[in-house]
Amino acid sequence: MAGASAILPRGAVGAIPAAAEAVRTAGTVRLEGLGKTYRSAAGEVQALQGIDLDIRAGEIFGIIGRSGAGKSSLLRVINRLEQPTSGRVLVDGQDIAGINEAGLVALRRRVGMIFQHFNLLSAKTVRENVALPLRVAGVPTAEIAQRVDQALELVGLTGKGGTYPSRLSGGQKQRVGIARALVSRPEILLCDEATSALDPETTGAILRLLKDINRRLGLTVVLITHEMSVIREICDRVVVLERGELAEQGPVWQVFGAPRHAATRALLQPLQHSLPEDLADRLRDNPRDPQDQMLVELGFAGKAVPDLARLAAIVGPGPLRLVLSQIDRIQGHAIGQLVLALAPSAPLEQLAGLADSTRIIGYVDSADG
Amino acid sequence: MLTAQMVDRLQQAFWDTALMVGVSAGIAVALGIPLAVFLVTSGPGGFFPAPRLNRLVGMVVNGFRAVPFIVLLVALIPFTRLVAGTTIGVWAAIVPLAVSATPFFARIAEVSLREVDPGLVEAAQSIGCRRWDIVRHVLLPEALPGIIGGFTITVVSMIGASAMAGAVGAGGLGDVAIRYGYQRFDTTVMLVVIAILILLVSVVQFSGDYAVRRLKAR
Ligand SMILES: Nc1ncnc2c1ncn2[C@@H]1O[C@H](COP(=O)(O)OP(=O)(O)OP(=O)(O)O)[C@@H](O)[C@H]1O
Ligand SMILES: [Mg+2]
Repeated sequence: MAGASAILPRGAVGAIPAAAEAVRTAGTVRLEGLGKTYRSAAGEVQALQGIDLDIRAGEIFGIIGRSGAGKSSLLRVINRLEQPTSGRVLVDGQDIAGINEAGLVALRRRVGMIFQHFNLLSAKTVRENVALPLRVAGVPTAEIAQRVDQALELVGLTGKGGTYPSRLSGGQKQRVGIARALVSRPEILLCDEATSALDPETTGAILRLLKDINRRLGLTVVLITHEMSVIREICDRVVVLERGELAEQGPVWQVFGAPRHAATRALLQPLQHSLPEDLADRLRDNPRDPQDQMLVELGFAGKAVPDLARLAAIVGPGPLRLVLSQIDRIQGHAIGQLVLALAPSAPLEQLAGLADSTRIIGYVDSADG
Repeated sequence: MLTAQMVDRLQQAFWDTALMVGVSAGIAVALGIPLAVFLVTSGPGGFFPAPRLNRLVGMVVNGFRAVPFIVLLVALIPFTRLVAGTTIGVWAAIVPLAVSATPFFARIAEVSLREVDPGLVEAAQSIGCRRWDIVRHVLLPEALPGIIGGFTITVVSMIGASAMAGAVGAGGLGDVAIRYGYQRFDTTVMLVVIAILILLVSVVQFSGDYAVRRLKAR
């Protein structure tokens, strides 16, 4: 696609759709012992401490954590909107600590950013907003016009150039924000809650656009979100921050499948369905009657495969009912759990071999319909 | 009734007032906007930080704002003579008018500049804008409706002040009203001058409001 090829970042080898396959070296971020302390009249706030992190070229990297955990601070040291108090920040291997204003401007042309509230200039049209990064960089007018057209096409806003931002919907405003961030052909795109102000449908559309851009342009995307579904849908790896420290990190399927830190479990809570109330009310700790059924939860953390044929073979002719099922497929791994109703005599040890974890929830009478 | 001579005199006075207000308003804009930008950007945490100079300039501005125009008019006479070469007439009145309007307008423009969403400044930084780019492409254009509203207020109050300057020999509508309307009890002249002033202020206010509405509607 013409629009995409012309917007390709400088570092991308080859061109056009092959960009996804091309090995990119540009677009890495490395944080070493990063710390950030805010000092104000009200006192000191330690927002980040001892963060070591490697973000790889071309990946979509998620940052999650409770409010105030330091996510925005972490993101904003990457383009030096915030100055770290300790540690090092390396973008493509270059330490950005000592750079002067000219170096900073150059860095920010390699690192784009989009915002929760879009932050478009209300006195400028869509075109002028998208053109601004090039104008201040002294790009010739004819080239600006061409690149702005390509950027608008890329985000699906062809024909909206003459409109003022106040006349656009939230989703369209974010598309302008993305076009403005991409027009300088950055290697890295930082997104601070870029979909938090949007409805679910628009969120989906913006996420698909980000994923598409990531694949076609080989752009590294670092994003903060409070919506775990966003991480699940588009991120490759995720880091969990808790009170300014790195709680855990890893591929999304691993962190979501087997959260190790309490903060991660708390964040993932909204994704878990608890046992429906009607069942929970009738749950007993021990079987009272041989006809009672045992509720067993099979947990899948991304290693075992929910193989129903083997499950049926193990259980044999006994009762086997699926009570709840909640399996996500994240990066090709099955994550979630199945709750089965079985005879109390069912061979649990064998079932354990089917899943990553097995647990007896309790017993209910067989009259359960 | 107005004699033909009086009509001439009123016409002349109208243009004198327009000239006094117009030129000093121009000076107020030319000096006031940079002053406002300086006050906003040189404060602590601003992007051209110079806190001590900022405080000093702020104090000077407040000083001028605290002195009533009629006092300033007299107090500035030596300065006026230095700049305009005379202490009477339209050009002599322009000096104190501009000196009093500049800090007034600068403070109003400063408020509008401060109201610009810091998120916009941050976005501009994130796309590689230098500090001056931010003043030019973010602060000034985004604050423009407020600045124009403030300019309207400044011009209206300068029309009033120019009438006072007329009282000390600057010419203009205020001069005519005092000399003929007050000292010679010519009520008709007085009423005509009042009508012209009302009309003038209305036209200024209406144009200002219209410009602000146009800018905000986009
Ligand atoms: N400019 C600042 N001055 C002082 N303290 C700050 C500043 N910015 C952030 N903080 C503090 O630093 C801590 C981390 O803030 P940060 O904005 O990075 O959190 P966050 O994870 O992005 O939170 P949220 O999810 O609410 O956006 C918080 O305690 C916050 O109050
Ligand atoms: Mg935040």
